[in-house]
Amino acid sequence: MTLHRTSIIALAMAACLTAPWPVLADETLKIGVIATLEGPFTVLGQEGIRGVRVAVNEFGGAVAGKKIELIEQATDATPDSAVRAARTLVEQKGVKLIIGPLSGDEGLAVKDYAKTQPDVTFVNGASAAQDFTLRNPAPNVFRFSTDGAQWNAGLGTYAYQVKGYKNVAIVAEDYSFPYTQVFGFLAEFCKAGGRVASKSWVPIGNKDFSSVIAAIPDNVDAIYVALGGSDAVNFLSQYQQAGGSAPIIGGSITVDQNVLQSKGKAREVLIGTPSSGPVAELTDSPAWNTFAAAYKKQPDAFPSPSIFALSYYVDAKPLLMALQRTGADLSDGGKKLRETLSKISYESPTGKISLDKNRNAIANEFITEVAVASDGTLYKKLVKVVSQTNQTLGFPEAEFIAMGPVGRDKPTCGK
Amino acid sequence: MSEFAGKDRIAARSVGRSEVGAGHALFGLALLAYPAVASDFFLTQIGGLSLIEGMIALSLMTLAGYGGMVSLAQLSVAGIAGYVVAILGHNDTGVQGYDWPWAVTVPLAILAAAATSALIGWISARTSGIYTIMITLAIATAVFYFAQQNYVIFNGHSGFAGIPAPVFFGEDWRAPVPFYYLCLFAAAASYAGVLYVRRSTFGLTVQGMRDNERRMRALGFSVILHKVFAWFLSGIVAGIAGVLLVWFHGRISPSSIDVAASLNILVMAVIGGLRHPIGPFVGALVVVLLQTFASDLVGAERFNTLIGLTFLIIVYISDDGILGLWRQFAPRFDHADRSAG
Amino acid sequence: MTGGPADMNRIGGGEARLNAMRGDVFAACAVLAMALWVFFGAWPDWLAGALISKKTFVSAVLNGLTLSGLYFLVASGFTLIFGLMRNVNLAHGSLYLFGAYVGYEASTRSDVWLLGVAAGALATAVVGLAMQILVFRRLEGDDLRQTLVTIGISIVAADLMLATWGGGAYQVTPPDALSGAVTLPIATGVTSSGTAVFLRYPFYRLIVAAIAIAIGCLLWLLLARTRIGMTIRAGVDDRAMLEASGVNAQIVFAGVFALGAGLAGLAGVIGGSAFAISPGEDIHYLLASLVVVIVGGMGSIAGAVIGSLLIGLSEQIGLVYFPTYSVVLTFLIMVATLAVRPRGIMGKAR
Repeated sequence: MTLHRTSIIALAMAACLTAPWPVLADETLKIGVIATLEGPFTVLGQEGIRGVRVAVNEFGGAVAGKKIELIEQATDATPDSAVRAARTLVEQKGVKLIIGPLSGDEGLAVKDYAKTQPDVTFVNGASAAQDFTLRNPAPNVFRFSTDGAQWNAGLGTYAYQVKGYKNVAIVAEDYSFPYTQVFGFLAEFCKAGGRVASKSWVPIGNKDFSSVIAAIPDNVDAIYVALGGSDAVNFLSQYQQAGGSAPIIGGSITVDQNVLQSKGKAREVLIGTPSSGPVAELTDSPAWNTFAAAYKKQPDAFPSPSIFALSYYVDAKPLLMALQRTGADLSDGGKKLRETLSKISYESPTGKISLDKNRNAIANEFITEVAVASDGTLYKKLVKVVSQTNQTLGFPEAEFIAMGPVGRDKPTCGK
Repeated sequence: MSEFAGKDRIAARSVGRSEVGAGHALFGLALLAYPAVASDFFLTQIGGLSLIEGMIALSLMTLAGYGGMVSLAQLSVAGIAGYVVAILGHNDTGVQGYDWPWAVTVPLAILAAAATSALIGWISARTSGIYTIMITLAIATAVFYFAQQNYVIFNGHSGFAGIPAPVFFGEDWRAPVPFYYLCLFAAAASYAGVLYVRRSTFGLTVQGMRDNERRMRALGFSVILHKVFAWFLSGIVAGIAGVLLVWFHGRISPSSIDVAASLNILVMAVIGGLRHPIGPFVGALVVVLLQTFASDLVGAERFNTLIGLTFLIIVYISDDGILGLWRQFAPRFDHADRSAG
Repeated sequence: MTGGPADMNRIGGGEARLNAMRGDVFAACAVLAMALWVFFGAWPDWLAGALISKKTFVSAVLNGLTLSGLYFLVASGFTLIFGLMRNVNLAHGSLYLFGAYVGYEASTRSDVWLLGVAAGALATAVVGLAMQILVFRRLEGDDLRQTLVTIGISIVAADLMLATWGGGAYQVTPPDALSGAVTLPIATGVTSSGTAVFLRYPFYRLIVAAIAIAIGCLLWLLLARTRIGMTIRAGVDDRAMLEASGVNAQIVFAGVFALGAGLAGLAGVIGGSAFAISPGEDIHYLLASLVVVIVGGMGSIAGAVIGSLLIGLSEQIGLVYFPTYSVVLTFLIMVATLAVRPRGIMGKAR
């Protein structure tokens, strides 16, 4: 009997479900934004959204006479949630243009999904996974920001030759993004003649690094650290508490804004730390200053744009440019738009950006050192520009591909 | 009308066959006709996914409702099946992937899931109540971390992508309509299977053990053996769902089986109700709807509050989820019926 | 060893017992000597080689012990609440995180660390009290629903804290007197000139361990030596009898819930001075305290001590010697314990 009733309620629910979803038919252009707005990486996702908004504001909120409607879809940094977000945008909300996602593995998942939706155009948010574009690329996926290995271009050479670090220890989180970063760092560092004393791949979720710190050999010249967010804060403050004295070389997100602006003692350890990535305080560049000023108008913005704000921005802007040029006409399934996109070359706040044959950016990277600004905040002081870095870090493509996909023991360092 | 209801009741009392009665037929017809009115998105993202996750919740519900063993590891069991499909079948990741045909991988996957479930049941057979929840939570967490850390078999944190659903009988079974019917068939079969087993000697024995384990042992039943077999059967349901889930997403990674996702399955089962196998499906539908549309209701940033509050309120006011609410309020109508008849 | 008088009278049995006891004492001495040597002796090369270095191993053990201290602080409140009310409070991690945030706010605004500690503990105690009175009292006797409600609370709490404090990392700054590293009288090597190198160790971590020991002793005194403790223990053993004997059980429940929740908040501020405070920590410490009390035996303070030692040590030693599967290890210990002793090491059968 109970069943009988249950069936009726379920039936009623099923009936509700078939109600048609309202479709907006007017002159707005819907752009989906996938960003991490749940869980520990929420701050980064909010940064990404700020970046997109800055780009949209630059166009006055409209392209080719059509008003831009941003539809934000939250993920929790897991690949599954990214695919779910993309599906909701494409299949339910009828979005044909997507910006995002934020993290490496999310990017790989969205790339796979993109292959099933050839009429939808995807530009990256801040995913830095190499194989978002390098191996098995999708023809409708574009990355105007760079990958995690590119972010560390020049850093290995700089650490070896300028800083004189011959022997380093590596501490990094145990998943694909830090693998990519370590890959980028070591590819050059080992080629220059550097040696790796120890590698600690710390499982994600570990908070207590003190034993990892104790296991670092005493005789290293420096420690390369690729940890993000609160993990970076934990490592740095514990390193200081343990009285550690070896200098730190920072991975790109280890010295990003959210760590620099963290509250507590961790930041003191960072002063003077060399690092590299797609962002630096380019106070001499008008393009950068304009961007930074526009960024600061966003609510709750950091003192300076983070990697994530910049990445979403440099990816969103060419999409808007291409839309402008093609009259925002997607009636051909976005074919013309993608053709235009793949040929775009433009002056971003951090210099010229163009695409290679896999639709991955060739762009400037920056070697920076952490310094104290006049108002007491930390910032990334520019040391050196690594001009127009490509995805193979200047290695011949065949040689680079032969190093294999990133992993715990790639590249092998002279062993 | 009232006469009908009365007859129905008598039939239910005497043979308990009302379950294949008018309600089921009507409901089944509605589900079969759903593709005629629903868009592709509603067909797969809402319909298909609710059926699949409902099956995993059903696997939990059968153990909890009939066996008194609340397991948080049923999603891990489903995940095992998904991983077997990804590893032995085709994937685009370049790790493992032996391209075995689906006709081989699917039975193997379901078997592996059922065997894993039986093993978990054997390990946790001596625990009861809250301790069963905890040991299965520990097992689920261990499986998650192992998959995340192991690159040789599970490809670590990245997992596997590009896992295709099979094409047979000239149909691509991941296309919206065929996939929906596939899910519907699997869910209906599991549902019917649970109803059947519940009334079988085995099912009654297990329910007896839930109510009084010592007495059943004294009667000469092997408690462990029965429990382990119950876990095996519920593992089959979870395994089938796991295969469908990996076809649905086309990918699997440790995040598909993490602690939050496991708790989510419990949330579904509880929201729906643990006393009848339709409960998990109702709960799954509610949760899937919330997950999909909550961000439209309260904005992308606060939708967890909405999900949490919904769950909180349902648990707080009802002792058996939505089904419990239904039972609380429905008897009044029943009563009216009776007096009229 | 506590064999009654009847045992003592049987001379032969007594002698065997005495021999066994001698054996035990001997073994204990041997273990103690061994431990002393591991910490203070000079290591031969083969041992240092096998364990990376003496410094690494000794640090890992010390880190394990001090981390256990923090785990004990979190888990003691959890186990206290469960012991009396059979309430598995899955929002315990949220209380930890909430206490940490409140402690951060209070200590940064006042610049007094201790004030932060007090504020964190007090705030969560009040929240705990409210939870007991508003929610759990109404669902009394329905263990599963109480547990499920706490899941709902933790989901909502996590989201609201995210809305309030954002996703950034905070850290409570302990007073200068407690930070930095101290030199321990443990030689880890010799320099080329022949002087011994002594281990440098973060002072604050030792403080955490000291606080944990102090709280542990206080809890024991409270439970074993006071009238309130007697009432609570009576409630743990037989709730119905306690009520029948005229004690207002509701007041006892509310008090214990406030105490347990307050301990979580205290742990939040103490832990938040060593580790970053950020979203996700709630789940981390919830899982940690779950594992600790389940391995140790739910409801037992002694069990929480054993559990936290086991988990803290295995986590840190695992992290150094087999990092890849160290996270799995903790949960395997839990599975193994429950499979053999379904109610944990110190758990009582009903």
